[in-house]
Amino acid sequence: MNVTLMFYESQDDFAARTDPARQQEYLAGWTHYVHALREAGIVVFGSGLFAPETAATMKRRGGEMVVQDGPFPETKEQLGGIFVLDVPDLDTALEWAARGPVDTVEVRQNIPALK
Amino acid sequence: METNQIIERTAREAYGRLLSYLAVNWRDLQAVEDAIGDAFLAALETWPQVGVPDKPEAWLLTTARRRLIDRARRTRVSDGALPTLLAMSEDTPFMISSNASFPDERLKMMFLCTHPAIDPVMRTPLMLQTVLGIDAARIASAFIVKPSTMSQRLTRAKAKIRADRHTFEMPDAEEISERLEPVLEAIYAAYGSGWDEATIADSPRRGLAEESIYLGKLLLPFASREPEVYGLLALMLHCEARREARQDDEGNYIPLTEQGCAQWNQSLILEAERYLHNASQAGRVGRFQLMAAIQSVHAQRLRTGRIEWEAIAQLYEGLIHIHPTLGALVGRAAAVAEAYGTERGIALLEAIPSEEAVNYQPYWALSGHLYKVMHRDEEAIHAYSLAIGLSTDVSVRQFLKRKASEMDFA
Repeated sequence: MNVTLMFYESQDDFAARTDPARQQEYLAGWTHYVHALREAGIVVFGSGLFAPETAATMKRRGGEMVVQDGPFPETKEQLGGIFVLDVPDLDTALEWAARGPVDTVEVRQNIPALK
Repeated sequence: METNQIIERTAREAYGRLLSYLAVNWRDLQAVEDAIGDAFLAALETWPQVGVPDKPEAWLLTTARRRLIDRARRTRVSDGALPTLLAMSEDTPFMISSNASFPDERLKMMFLCTHPAIDPVMRTPLMLQTVLGIDAARIASAFIVKPSTMSQRLTRAKAKIRADRHTFEMPDAEEISERLEPVLEAIYAAYGSGWDEATIADSPRRGLAEESIYLGKLLLPFASREPEVYGLLALMLHCEARREARQDDEGNYIPLTEQGCAQWNQSLILEAERYLHNASQAGRVGRFQLMAAIQSVHAQRLRTGRIEWEAIAQLYEGLIHIHPTLGALVGRAAAVAEAYGTERGIALLEAIPSEEAVNYQPYWALSGHLYKVMHRDEEAIHAYSLAIGLSTDVSVRQFLKRKASEMDFA
């Protein structure tokens, strides 16, 4: 089964990505985790996302399209990246989520492709 | 003390005894749990007004039993249990008037939870819930399982007990040795220990340590003839003795070999040693005794100032002989590396099939360490990276990062 792990990062985490003093440590956290995931041979897809302020959000209100700067919704923690894993069950996916270098990881099963 | 605090304390202390006593006769665990829940709710409503009864446990028992009788009459699915319940009611005046409490049936409950028909992965969660009253959400977190999934699995396990009409009989003397093994296994799983302190620090089940020791002590009636009960207790107590020494003031993880012995809890060590000594009297060695003995050798550093790695390597050898696990294989490699040279340790490590070890954090943590000692930097960096990526505990992750960064990147 495919399961998506969504890694939520705080504003501080996003700031660390570009802060010369903290960048290396931030990236190292991911390097080791991604390394372990790849070695396990379960990664279907994975990608980090640029910081939420780079987002554009499209909203349709009563037929009218409104494009705005920034993420939806505005919250303390924002999606920082995702991994789609091929795992035998949800328990295994949660175990991998626990190893992630962030404090919040949402885990959801992917809907299987329609045949 | 506040009434609510008294109720809370009673709940903690009496839940498992109440549940086990009622369930032994009623067999429908779910119904008994509901009834006890109702009884506690009734206590929360009435005790603050009329005061705490002299025997809170007896009060709760009577109330819960009344609910069960009501329910049985209503649903007419008494399963022949109604007469038993009514008979039990007749004991109540005796229990309320004397100091004798109701019989402790928690041992029967523990054996039931580890019945061969119960899915092995559900034995520990079921035991934690029925004997200790730990809620499904906390159990789920300890085992990194979705809480709703854990609730469903627990409900299913209880339904199975009812459907299969598993009895709450104590296994007979001959059967006990055989049936005790899964009980010990379940308690050990609740403790969340592994081959060494790194795994303990990394375990989400750390919070269940005290409860596990409590469960182990409930088994003491068997201990005189079953040395493994003592062995398991000694193992848990040795690990528990080092709780304070595992982290420094800043919360940094400290591995066992670098811990300051002064911070170890000496009375827990003494207790552990007493149990281990008692176990040895039986003259029947077992895996928990061997694991406890390994921890005991580590504890001797307190007196001798050194670690007898040869002894530890030998104990691991024995452990692998009777109970080969990945943890024991990694533990032996670590001890052999210290006692007889890093190369021999690496040889043992490399003999472990890689497909088994690929997601096993202690294997990679040790690999990183041994390759580093041998100045095989590339392999060390690879191994440390996997060990960090597989750790769930932030302080363990940081410890490994420090160890990796000590390498000379020439």
